[in-house]
Amino acid sequence: MISRPLITQRLTWLILALLTFFTLSILFFILGYITARGARVITPEFLFSLPERMGKEGGILPMIVATLYIAILALVVATPLGVGTAVYLSEYTRESFLTRIIRFGADALAGVPSIIFGLFGFILFVIRLRMGWSILAGSLTLAVMILPTIIRTSEEAIRAIPDQLREVSYSLGGTKSQTITRVVLPNALPGIVTGVILGLGRCVAETAAVIFTAGSSLRIPKSVLEPGRTMAVHFYILAREGLSMERAYGSAFLLILSILFINALAYILLFRFTRRLR
Amino acid sequence: MKERLIEKGLLIVALSALGSLLLIAVFIFAEGMPLIVKTGFKEFIASTRWAPTKGSFGILPMIIGSLQVTLLSLILGGSLGLACTMFLAEFAPRWAVRILKPLIELLAGIPSVVYGFIGVVVLVPWIRNTFGGPGFSILAASIILGIMILPTVIAISLDALNTVPLTYKEGSLALGATRWQTLYRLLFPAARSGIIASLILAMGRAIGETMAVIMVAGNALLISASPLAPVRTLTSNIALEMGYAAGDHQRALFATGVVLFIIIAILNTIALLTMRKKR
Repeated sequence: MISRPLITQRLTWLILALLTFFTLSILFFILGYITARGARVITPEFLFSLPERMGKEGGILPMIVATLYIAILALVVATPLGVGTAVYLSEYTRESFLTRIIRFGADALAGVPSIIFGLFGFILFVIRLRMGWSILAGSLTLAVMILPTIIRTSEEAIRAIPDQLREVSYSLGGTKSQTITRVVLPNALPGIVTGVILGLGRCVAETAAVIFTAGSSLRIPKSVLEPGRTMAVHFYILAREGLSMERAYGSAFLLILSILFINALAYILLFRFTRRLR
Repeated sequence: MKERLIEKGLLIVALSALGSLLLIAVFIFAEGMPLIVKTGFKEFIASTRWAPTKGSFGILPMIIGSLQVTLLSLILGGSLGLACTMFLAEFAPRWAVRILKPLIELLAGIPSVVYGFIGVVVLVPWIRNTFGGPGFSILAASIILGIMILPTVIAISLDALNTVPLTYKEGSLALGATRWQTLYRLLFPAARSGIIASLILAMGRAIGETMAVIMVAGNALLISASPLAPVRTLTSNIALEMGYAAGDHQRALFATGVVLFIIIAILNTIALLTMRKKR
């Protein structure tokens, strides 16, 4: 006969397994639903032509350009700051009041909602610094937003580098900065790149922080001081104003596809990185 | 000499995140506080009348709306999330965990506008047909938010469970306890602070989420106890009106931001302190 605790154990196993399965099915439902309705909208014509009648017809080329423009510029700004912070925290200091404060700053920044970033970027970059709604204002806002992600992943990657590697460099007469730039950073690179890619994902997915800083112009931005509409913002406007359900599904599918690609890339890199260190 | 210079330079870089945080606080407060002072803090958070073009700035309906949506989403997402955490921590085989974890992380990557859209095309009609009412409701927003906070709850509480020393678990299993008994009598209490922190952080996520909520919550300015009633949250209030607000109206939206910022700051500080105590 099976004992009572064992029955409870098996029952909980079943319930928890079902709930986990339910969670996964939510994910697959979302992916499947968007794919089933959006995949057929994606044609070369849709991707590479200009929108017509506010996005009801035509393609989404300007949004693809604006998204890439904003995301890449945000990464260019945030990566050196994030990696620099991670290097300082892991290579230059012991745990102290200062490092605790720096970490608290990064952790707290990670918890700030995107709408607050939007308000901040609007008042500082768009209004006070007179950038107007622009690619520059949008990407600076996003750079601040993704900073914590890059700091955290880079710091983990750098800390994962075994001390022996550093000791070899020092014993050969390497200075601290040489050790960092020639030994630590190259070895931690895949981990750091993972953080940067995750940051890219957040830039592509973001709406609230960009809509009030980069604007929603339908034209292809020609310079960083021109406004632009990212794919996420475009999708939001299409869906919210009910302009075209078909186009909305198409843009949603493209967003999902980019996120899937970005996450898969980050995961593969991280997997390789941790396996190599073992 | 050169080395010292590099160290100083890096210190300045390292202060960038903290500096940005302070900058955000300064700018939001500088823009929002004057209006709160002018209206009177009590009036601002306790008045139910929001008519920004006529000079009435009361955000009580939004504060209550945010709390309703957040608490309900925490109940839904928190319990489902903790169930997944328990399964991943103690019951799932290793190979399954290796597949499940990145899939759950993927939930965090899906843009909030996509969640909102799914809410509009699937969830809202379903609520309208099943329970009645407009469909755009507290319930719709809470379900969508409940899904959106799952990755936060699972990632952080799973970390907390995994840091419980293995010897505890071995001791309990060796005494003949089942895995379930070990989990809920021993591992859960031992990881309590991390689990609580995961829920508080999730709460911060839920209260700060904007786009998905705007799309499904209905955004009506009313206070209702019914989960089927439409509702406007603090975040939606800002995003809905930022596009055309000017003057005092715009400052009132920043003032809404100030209130949101304070709530988030309190929640996150509690969460960070609970987690730190554990280390």
